[in-house]
Amino acid sequence: MKLTGSQIFLESLKKEKVEYIFGIPGGAIIDLHDEIYKQDDINFILTRHEQAAVHAADGYARSSGKPGVALLTSGPGATNGITGIATAYMDSIPLIVFTGQVPTPLIGNDAFQEADIVGMTRSCTKYNFLVKDAKDLARIIKKAFYIATTGRPGPVLIDFPKDVQVAKAEFSYPETIHLRGYNPTYHGNLKQIKKVVKAIASAKKPLLYVGGGTILSNASDELRKLAQKLRIPVFTTLMGIGAYPEDDDLSLGMAGMHGTYRANMAIQYCDLLISVGARFDDRITGKVSEFAPNAKVVHIDIDPTSISKNIHVDYPLVGDVKLVLKEMLPMFDEYNHVDWNEVRKQWFEQINKWKNEHKLAYEKEKKEILPQYVIEKLCEITKDDDPVITTEVGQHQMWVAQFYTFTKPRRFLTSGGLGTMGYGFPAGIGAQFAYPDKPVFVFAGDGSFQMNEQELATLIAYDKPVKVIILNNGFLGMVRQWQDLFYGKRYAATDIEVQPDFVKLAESYGIKARQIRKKSEVEEALIEMKEHKGPYILDAVIDREENVYPMVPAGAAISNMLLT
Amino acid sequence: MKRIFSITVENEAGVLSRVANLFSARGYNIESLNVAPINEENLSRMTIVTEGDEAILEQIGKQLNKLIDTIKVTEFGDVPFVEREMALIKMHTDLGTRAEVLRIVDIFRGKVVDVSPDSYTIEVTGDSGKIDAILSLLEPLGIKELARTGKVAMIRENKK
Ligand SMILES: Cc1ncc(C[n+]2csc(CCOP(=O)(O)OP(=O)(O)O)c2C)c(N)n1
Repeated sequence: MKLTGSQIFLESLKKEKVEYIFGIPGGAIIDLHDEIYKQDDINFILTRHEQAAVHAADGYARSSGKPGVALLTSGPGATNGITGIATAYMDSIPLIVFTGQVPTPLIGNDAFQEADIVGMTRSCTKYNFLVKDAKDLARIIKKAFYIATTGRPGPVLIDFPKDVQVAKAEFSYPETIHLRGYNPTYHGNLKQIKKVVKAIASAKKPLLYVGGGTILSNASDELRKLAQKLRIPVFTTLMGIGAYPEDDDLSLGMAGMHGTYRANMAIQYCDLLISVGARFDDRITGKVSEFAPNAKVVHIDIDPTSISKNIHVDYPLVGDVKLVLKEMLPMFDEYNHVDWNEVRKQWFEQINKWKNEHKLAYEKEKKEILPQYVIEKLCEITKDDDPVITTEVGQHQMWVAQFYTFTKPRRFLTSGGLGTMGYGFPAGIGAQFAYPDKPVFVFAGDGSFQMNEQELATLIAYDKPVKVIILNNGFLGMVRQWQDLFYGKRYAATDIEVQPDFVKLAESYGIKARQIRKKSEVEEALIEMKEHKGPYILDAVIDREENVYPMVPAGAAISNMLLT
Repeated sequence: MKRIFSITVENEAGVLSRVANLFSARGYNIESLNVAPINEENLSRMTIVTEGDEAILEQIGKQLNKLIDTIKVTEFGDVPFVEREMALIKMHTDLGTRAEVLRIVDIFRGKVVDVSPDSYTIEVTGDSGKIDAILSLLEPLGIKELARTGKVAMIRENKK
């Protein structure tokens, strides 16, 4: 039977078991919307800005592990989505973004609402397509889902001209797909795995360096087995937070520019650094030439281009982290007689010393609200609720990374690679769609929140109980911190005290909200928020000039930390 | 260090732009680039000459491999290979220079493919060294216009 392009679109998405599409309609996708309107299997979620739609799809994907889907109109709809796409690209998040396009005969004519979105997104998508003929559509959608979700995941864009949406073609959805130029390596090379096993077993001071790839590959169980069996301490990157339980005694927390003292010191003194799904980003390495000077480096990653890109790797191991660790684990059985605690005694002595020096801390005596306290308190009162926590970008993001104790993967969503202000709130909405029954908390700076605050309407429209905590310092805080420390306190363009009354703003949408200013109000307000059934905005006015410590100045060695 | 990459790619719209983008986005330099279809359906071969240190060249190789439209990447480094380039050279000529131009063309086994009262157009093929050499000899005689194809390359078969 012949179907229209719009019908093929929907039937294909059903085959891919898509539950939600996030976006905003427009002239170039009105036919698609008409088709969506006629059925109930797939729900369209209307946001108030396309950037937010893509972030919501991203939040859905990160929290659930399933690909996120967005549908944007041509021209400005598509260009508004680019920040969302680039955000997902930098963090390797599987998305399929459909954009409307002007009818094929008009492409290239500067037609109304035409944008060369395929050209514009070539460098921030894993792949992209222009559909020229309805008969190609089902195959293209199949390919898009395949490419987005396999290998190193990433966003794929499909540009969908209006005439192709109404043209008819025979529909059959391919069961499998083969791309001759795309064959990710999943299984590690056996010889290389054996070498790595040997290196790990003979290391005196090994250290696991865990990145977002471990979460993407759902390898937390294997990672935990490896660390605990061999007694290897673990630190994560920002993207790796939650891959290893932070309440475990082997956890050193997050390393890097705002990492813990113990993790950064361990990097400098370890003799074997085992990188698992991480990419040696400059926020982790600091000055590359002084990074992990005493260590041989193992690098396990599915993307060969990540390996030896920034630093020299002694044991490259290309493959899917989960499969590689699975293959590796039984090989350690031959060392079952070894008492690893005994072997690592010195290493743990050293680490325990660091653990007790320069702990993450803040002033406990203040009457004003300190952001770290709010985060610790929320962690305390939500311990048993398995919440999803998202953040915006800035100081508050780093404080959440430092002071909230994450014990599970896919519970901490943040824009790591691109550092996109405006990500956290819509991503939280997306996560709430993935998990209708889990609590979702968004930590926002007052600056970031204003970048997508229009999505308050989306919360109300879909009755989603997302809770937002604004850590309100009236500054673009992270930039102000740099100005404070490195630019003689010249606060150029970072004072944003001119702001809406966030309580009134929320209330104008019909959302419950409250402002607090004193430390003594924090706990009670957090509990009120938690127990409130619907969405809730808590505007916590915090000490304006609190800084994030430790801090490694950009370009300095990772052990060169400003501690207070 | 110079390196020639020869890549077999899907003959899809946008492939050239993906490859070019890979170089420009990472600040790598393309010295020459040549694309044409090959004898397998829907495939093209691109020959790219680039320059960089070992680490950069390794990255370029990996990044080219990672492109979804890339079927195969061959690097011409240590293995014996043949490389060729073709140039079309239009020369100003007059009675005083014609004979000399023809003699040079002959030595380099080039061909005169177009003639006008005051110009010769010459075709010459060879490795880049040979092309450079003929150009340096012709230069003082007055080159009017020059077009070079950029390199194409293939691995030599084992002679046993
Ligand atoms: C879209 C975007 N624009 C600008 C920046 C640069 N930037 C990084 S952090 C920051 C300040 C964030 O302020 P706020 O959201 O209030 O958080 P705070 O640092 O105060 O916690 C800015 C402007 C960015 N990361 N993203």
